[in-house]
Amino acid sequence: MEVGLKPGEISLGTTLIAVAFDGGVVVGADSRTSMGGSYTVNRVTDKLTYVSDRIYCCRSGSAADTQAVASIVTYYLQLYAIQHEEEPPVRVAASLFQELCYKNKDALSAGIICAGWDKHDGGSVFGIPMGGSMHKLPYATAGSGSTYIYGYCDTSFRQNMTKEETIEFVKTGVALAIGRDGSSGGCIRLAVITKDGVQRHFIPGDQVPALGVI
Amino acid sequence: MDRFSGNFDRFSDLFNPYDSNPTNANHAIGDFTKCTRKPLVMGSTVLGLEYQDGVMIAADTLGSWGQLARYRNESRIYPVGNFTVLGAAGDMSDFQHTKHMLDSLMIKEYYTNDDHVLSTPHIYEYLSRVLYHRRSKLDPLWNTYVVGGYNNGERFLGYVDLLGTTYQSSIVATGLGAYFAQPILRNAVEGREGILTEAEAIEILNTCMKILFYRECKTLNRIQRAKVTADGVEISEPYALPTEWSFGEGIRGFGTQTQ
Repeated sequence: MEVGLKPGEISLGTTLIAVAFDGGVVVGADSRTSMGGSYTVNRVTDKLTYVSDRIYCCRSGSAADTQAVASIVTYYLQLYAIQHEEEPPVRVAASLFQELCYKNKDALSAGIICAGWDKHDGGSVFGIPMGGSMHKLPYATAGSGSTYIYGYCDTSFRQNMTKEETIEFVKTGVALAIGRDGSSGGCIRLAVITKDGVQRHFIPGDQVPALGVI
Repeated sequence: MDRFSGNFDRFSDLFNPYDSNPTNANHAIGDFTKCTRKPLVMGSTVLGLEYQDGVMIAADTLGSWGQLARYRNESRIYPVGNFTVLGAAGDMSDFQHTKHMLDSLMIKEYYTNDDHVLSTPHIYEYLSRVLYHRRSKLDPLWNTYVVGGYNNGERFLGYVDLLGTTYQSSIVATGLGAYFAQPILRNAVEGREGILTEAEAIEILNTCMKILFYRECKTLNRIQRAKVTADGVEISEPYALPTEWSFGEGIRGFGTQTQ
């Protein structure tokens, strides 16, 4: 059973990874939404949620809580863009996530990664775990599936990877986690965010490599 | 509250002999060496159906440790003698114990040297008595079994679980399979057991196992099938099912997003 979820509440079991590279970020996730640890409510979920043109968030924990928080942050970023006449920086989005998650820590079950590109700092990744702390990182993982890939990430991550190497790192990480976590599964969704835009990738469930299954 | 640190692993204050809930009135409560507390390595659904040549059952090859897909090459189907097959869901250690117990039973029966071999209804009855007895001691074998067999032209398919509940039917499904697969199995099989071909039976089981792979969290796309016919027990090698995902490619957001 998941900590912090109310009985019967729908959870994004989940595996989330976001990695910064020179020129942007790659965010990746599985596509399973589960309930009660046993029933898959949605096997093709999109957990990579738009909050602004160059900022996405990855959602884990309660589906309802994270949807609500993401919608509120999207609203405030739209306001920011109009008032400042520029695209919001990633650190502003992450800060907004933090404020909501911290101030409502007792009511929320939300593990969020906020990642994107802006002209001030390039690609940035911020982890905002439950509790509402904020952590700027070269890469972040979140969700129940992330526990199974700490070893993989610790040994495989390198600084200054190319975009292609970063995509492979994220894809392999999610695939490994899907292979072990009952709350993660389905397809792998990736989004590559650079100054030129957001490129989405999709690996259907039957093409996710079954790594290590003998 | 027992504050003596030497008793840190004894949950003796759970025991109340006058508790109206019988699971708390058992003197063995809290003593994990005398009372099964919870299942640990678990197998998920098992399905079974009768068809024209005999019976067929299917299960995946996963032993889960909570949400962790820990043992991905765990066969949950076991032959008992030459004409019976057992599919197990639930605790894998209890299943292993049951396998040893039934092997011993078959060997003991063989050594009576009377040319009688226990057939499927006998094995089923024995198993269900053992399970009910264990549940009555509040120390269950935490399993749900599908027992299938073919003896002298007669098909047999039965269900028995950790409570000792038993029933026989031409279609059987454990766990979440009862919700997802049973309606499909009923529609496809009931009334047609005698004319259902092997190919049709495989098709039906594969369809049901595919749905269970989609909708049940603790499953693996690695299925094993077993059939029992006049030629005996045949357990297939594990195989993967083709699955549909391409329709998910265009989905964006959870409902509010347009990008």
